[in-house]
Amino acid sequence: MANAATVTKASSVPKRKKDTQLRQITRRLVKSKTAMLGLIVLVIIVLACVFAPLIAPYDPNYMDYTSLNAGSSLAHIMGCDNLGRDIFSRILYGGRMSLMLGFTVAVVGMVFGVFFGCIVGYYGGQVDNIAMRICDVWMAIPGTLLAIVISSALGSGFGYTVLALSVSGLPGSVRGTRAMALREREMEYLEAAKAMNCSKMKIMFKHMMPNIIAPTIVGTTGQIGGTMMSAAGLSYIGLGIQPPTAEWGAMCSSAREYLTKYPHEMLWPGFVILLTVLAINLLGDGLRDAMDPRLKD
Amino acid sequence: MSEEFLKINDLVVEYSSGGQIVQAVNGVNLTVQKGKTLGLVGETGAGKTTIAKSILRILPTPPAKIKQGEIFLDGQDLLKLPEKEMMKVRGNRIAMIFQDPMTALNPTMTVGDQISEVVLQHNDYTKQQAQERTIEMLELVGIASVRYMDYPHQFSGGMKQRVVIAMALACNPELILADEPTTALDVTIQAQVLDMMRELREKFNTSMILITHDLGVVAETCDDVAVIYAGEIVEYGTREHIFRNPQHPYTLGLFGSLPKLDDDSKRLSPIHGLPPDPTNLPEGCKFGPRCPECKGECGKDPAMVEIEPGHFVRCCKFTAGQNAQSAQKPENSQKAKTKNERGGV
Amino acid sequence: MALLEVEHLKKYFSVGAGTNHAVDDITLSIEKGHTMGVVGESGCGKSTLGRTIIRLLDATDGVVRLDGEDITYAKGKKLRELREKVSIVFQDPYSSLNPRSSVEATIKEPLQESHRYTRAQVQQRTEELMDLVGIEERLRLAYPHEMDGGRRQRVGIARALALNPQFIMCDEPVSALDVSIQAQVLNLLMDLQEQMQLTYMFVTHDLSVVRHISDDICVMYLGQLVETSPSRELFRRPLHPYTKALLSAIPSTDLDHPMQRVQLKGEITSAINPEPGCRFAARCPYACDKCREPQVLEEIEPRHFVSCCRVKEIND
Repeated sequence: MANAATVTKASSVPKRKKDTQLRQITRRLVKSKTAMLGLIVLVIIVLACVFAPLIAPYDPNYMDYTSLNAGSSLAHIMGCDNLGRDIFSRILYGGRMSLMLGFTVAVVGMVFGVFFGCIVGYYGGQVDNIAMRICDVWMAIPGTLLAIVISSALGSGFGYTVLALSVSGLPGSVRGTRAMALREREMEYLEAAKAMNCSKMKIMFKHMMPNIIAPTIVGTTGQIGGTMMSAAGLSYIGLGIQPPTAEWGAMCSSAREYLTKYPHEMLWPGFVILLTVLAINLLGDGLRDAMDPRLKD
Repeated sequence: MSEEFLKINDLVVEYSSGGQIVQAVNGVNLTVQKGKTLGLVGETGAGKTTIAKSILRILPTPPAKIKQGEIFLDGQDLLKLPEKEMMKVRGNRIAMIFQDPMTALNPTMTVGDQISEVVLQHNDYTKQQAQERTIEMLELVGIASVRYMDYPHQFSGGMKQRVVIAMALACNPELILADEPTTALDVTIQAQVLDMMRELREKFNTSMILITHDLGVVAETCDDVAVIYAGEIVEYGTREHIFRNPQHPYTLGLFGSLPKLDDDSKRLSPIHGLPPDPTNLPEGCKFGPRCPECKGECGKDPAMVEIEPGHFVRCCKFTAGQNAQSAQKPENSQKAKTKNERGGV
Repeated sequence: MALLEVEHLKKYFSVGAGTNHAVDDITLSIEKGHTMGVVGESGCGKSTLGRTIIRLLDATDGVVRLDGEDITYAKGKKLRELREKVSIVFQDPYSSLNPRSSVEATIKEPLQESHRYTRAQVQQRTEELMDLVGIEERLRLAYPHEMDGGRRQRVGIARALALNPQFIMCDEPVSALDVSIQAQVLNLLMDLQEQMQLTYMFVTHDLSVVRHISDDICVMYLGQLVETSPSRELFRRPLHPYTKALLSAIPSTDLDHPMQRVQLKGEITSAINPEPGCRFAARCPYACDKCREPQVLEEIEPRHFVSCCRVKEIND
């Protein structure tokens, strides 16, 4: 009888715990006004891009020769570019590519960065030394150059662009995580985990990683904007995403020539990039705080 | 003949954090006589350091705020002094020694330069004179003058604390505020530093407030003792009063918690429960909820009662019209049944 | 029979300037159900000794036996078994608990790691442990930062007790706590020892604490054992000059019998590339030429060992 009682009690507990932890994070996130603002803006942008075919007034590649470089009007609310394409429509379609690229590269970079950073930070000593020297060499090569080499070797297209950009960003994020891992390594709770038979994997990824990942999120969100611009750089020299596929960064760079005469062609995509990066940063900041149990309510 | 060198009247300090008011110091009265040492004993968060920082007026404001009170140094109220005047008092007349010698020194300056900088700031010395004074100070605290040009990292913990003390003493202050000066040191080094401080004090007739949680250090260095709990002084008297005839249940509890070197009993008699949450202090006697002698009639704020000349206790057992002679013996009080533990979260 | 035997244990670290002889040829044994106190000043290697014994660090040389079995180089399954028999309570209750694990999760972890219990058993044992160390049920899901130092230390103790270990290494478990809380935790440790027949090694710099809790005491200086004896005997009659100085340096609350202080010159040096011979000699008031030769631990009185060539002259 007593046994049954403990069993039911036991099975109800873990559920409740998970629930509360997730709910706590959500509650704290909801409480933060800036994070919510970021979230709302981001959701609007993402939804608009997802439903681009429904919202966009024109085909993104349709060229209206009667309105080359046209300014804002009722027909083209953000005006047209040098080929007479509707900027608003191109922004909506281009967002699909840009957002996906930015997020994928950031997530890939973070996953690998945290993974290697944890390992390097945990082992320290020689492993750390060797890994850091590799990073040094890696970082000495300009990121864009590395990305150009990779794309030109492998070819253009979404997958290769992601690969090229992730590879060039990796040493930075490994360094960042490793610094945090080294600090965390001094903490006695890791020694306690060792004393209770946890395997190295478990110590690294169950104990150390959660304490490292939250601050990493903010760093990662900061990279998304940069990634979009690097991707534009690649398309500009004929690698990466190929025209005429709309993409925010590419829109900015192709508008560069007309900046003095028709600034709106650059301002609109630039503004959207800015807005997106800002929203992501606000959300990332809020998320880091919400995930830290020490800053409870 | 003793003169009251430092006198604190009814000091109240509050911190405001996140809309909550933390009462750090609640009406503290203290006196330090010329050339004497007052020990301020209490646990973490009792308000010891806040009192010291109030005297020097170096509390971060906000969040801290000195609500009321007077602090007289030689008859002059420091709290009414303009900031410019106060700067002359700091370092010159009152010096503070901080707990952690590792962070109190600038790692990029030689220790000699750091001390002579202090000397120059407060005196009209030439550089040459300041250097001579620095060397004199270093030798006074037992550091060879050849180490003038050494950097802090070249010193061990105990030596660094000596440098900090040399710096504090460089301007012949009349009052030293020592905040846990030996807590970070090993016992044998602690003994050296305490002995050195005692000698220097006797030599220069300096007054001192020694803040510590270590009753042993108090017994060895202090003339008077104030026991502080939750921002209030609960017992105040000479060293003999406190160590031979402790009366407040909290003081008794502190003694009961100490493992003794000459006592073979296997169990300690700790104070039950936890220090109160400073944002939500209990009504009446702050120690009531943890007090083994409290019988539920400690609802009102007890006043300080002088139970023998110069020995004050803040406890209901004396305010309820009783005299000192009816005070329970420590042995009985420690065995008294205790109340339940209070929640802390 | 001794539960734990340590013979000629050495742990060297290579550092920039050479080799740090953190633990240098230490021999000791602890009876079942007893407490061995290890005292010394910061940097004397006492924590390293503790961690090497319970295999958080690997020994450079020497033998550690638990219950007669050599555990010095245990690996794999043997090491896993060992980890269940010995555990550790840390000094800093702030860094020894994972800030992202609740009380319950922290205590459960060793139980889950052992893979021997069902979920229900783990839950039941967790509740038992919380009760045993006096943590209120309502704090089950609390995080470390929400608790005071005393409670955190109780959680650390519960975690150490989870798998019914035979031997617990207590590394300064009360040094970071306030006096009144310190007494509560010391009492708890002693009650647990009595109830569960635990064997402790109690590493600390606080001599009054060690006197209170230990049956035997080892005094360490720069990686070496200078004196070991039953605790009462050591405090009654310390024989080694360092022990004498150490004991006399404790500030006493006794106004009537102030201790005659043995003032030491200088500061603790380091155990990096030490000279052979007594490492205390540089500060010792009795140092002589003979001190430059290696010292041996000698049984001066029954169970009272001292490593000093002049011990007899000094104590006559």
